[in-house]
Amino acid sequence: MPLVFAGACSHAPGITGRAERADPATRDAFYAAFGRLRQALEATRPDALIVVAAEHFANFFMNNMPAFAIGMAEHYEGPIEDEAWLGIRRRRIPGSRDLSQRLIAQVMHSVDVAYAEEWLFDHGIMVPLHFLTPRFDLPVIPANINCQGPPLTPLHRAYDFGRALRRACDHVPERVALIGTGGLSHWPATPNSGKINEAWDRDFLARWAANRRDDLLSYTDEGTYREAGQGGFEIRTFIAVAGAAEDATGEILFYRPIPVFAVGCTTAVMSLAGS
Amino acid sequence: MSLYYVQKLLYQLNRDPELRRRFAADAEPVLAAHELTTEECDAIRQADIGLLYVLGVNGQLLMHYAALRGFEWAAYLEAMREGMRRHGPVRAGVYAMVQE
Repeated sequence: MPLVFAGACSHAPGITGRAERADPATRDAFYAAFGRLRQALEATRPDALIVVAAEHFANFFMNNMPAFAIGMAEHYEGPIEDEAWLGIRRRRIPGSRDLSQRLIAQVMHSVDVAYAEEWLFDHGIMVPLHFLTPRFDLPVIPANINCQGPPLTPLHRAYDFGRALRRACDHVPERVALIGTGGLSHWPATPNSGKINEAWDRDFLARWAANRRDDLLSYTDEGTYREAGQGGFEIRTFIAVAGAAEDATGEILFYRPIPVFAVGCTTAVMSLAGS
Repeated sequence: MSLYYVQKLLYQLNRDPELRRRFAADAEPVLAAHELTTEECDAIRQADIGLLYVLGVNGQLLMHYAALRGFEWAAYLEAMREGMRRHGPVRAGVYAMVQE
């Protein structure tokens, strides 16, 4: 089946973990936007959901860091963080080893992706799932792009990873949905936590919605670090979604900086033909 | 200066309760098992979050180590700011990739 859904959203741990510290009206508007993203996802009746994430040393460390990885397990567990800190209860999340294996085999035609038969979900996957599959009943296939620190995969390779995921999804009979999750500008876990470059974010989201490849790939890591912080490296997840939805344009459902969540809170969806 | 091994030890302490127990009982053998400088050992032993930040530890590791050592979120952020006041800008790692 052709890929049935491609969207993107934020995943910062404060979204659930520091919920009570946010302005209630802004927070609830963002949660409602997550609800609209969930409805859009559910309307495509997916059999499985690929989450393209940018994990934070939950599974992959600097002793052996894959640029790209995809999970290949029958089930996963998360969150790895303290449940009270994140505000999400630890649980088992269904996967599909068989579907993962078939997708990975296809992706490998163009991307040397690492596979992982164990994967602990951190907030980067758990926060999106908390809103998008609140019953945690949809099989999830985690995918990761190293965004933690250099050497980082070039942006055009993140775009091509998205293309490869798209080709793989088109190749299998299941109805597969895809969501990319990351921050735009943010300075997580540093003295600048809470800083958000709204103008930079809005410009990036305009490029993403237009899905003009050259505009999306024109960032340098040094420029991104200066303007958008280390967290800005996570634009790779959004860029992968753009690659997966190469011929489509997107819609930004919600964007608003929420400093106590330490990120410009975003939900967005690509308009895939036929989905 | 062995930032990689500082980060590796913090990563392991963050996720391994048995290692945490051994570290709490006697930090020295745990520290000695890694290639660390005296300054790095002191920073880890004393939970000098500010110095660890200046040495270049990634915040995604440091925030969890800080929580483990009893730092509330605001205290964690302040400890990093104090570290920069005492020791200057971050010396290595991802936060030193662009010189301000």
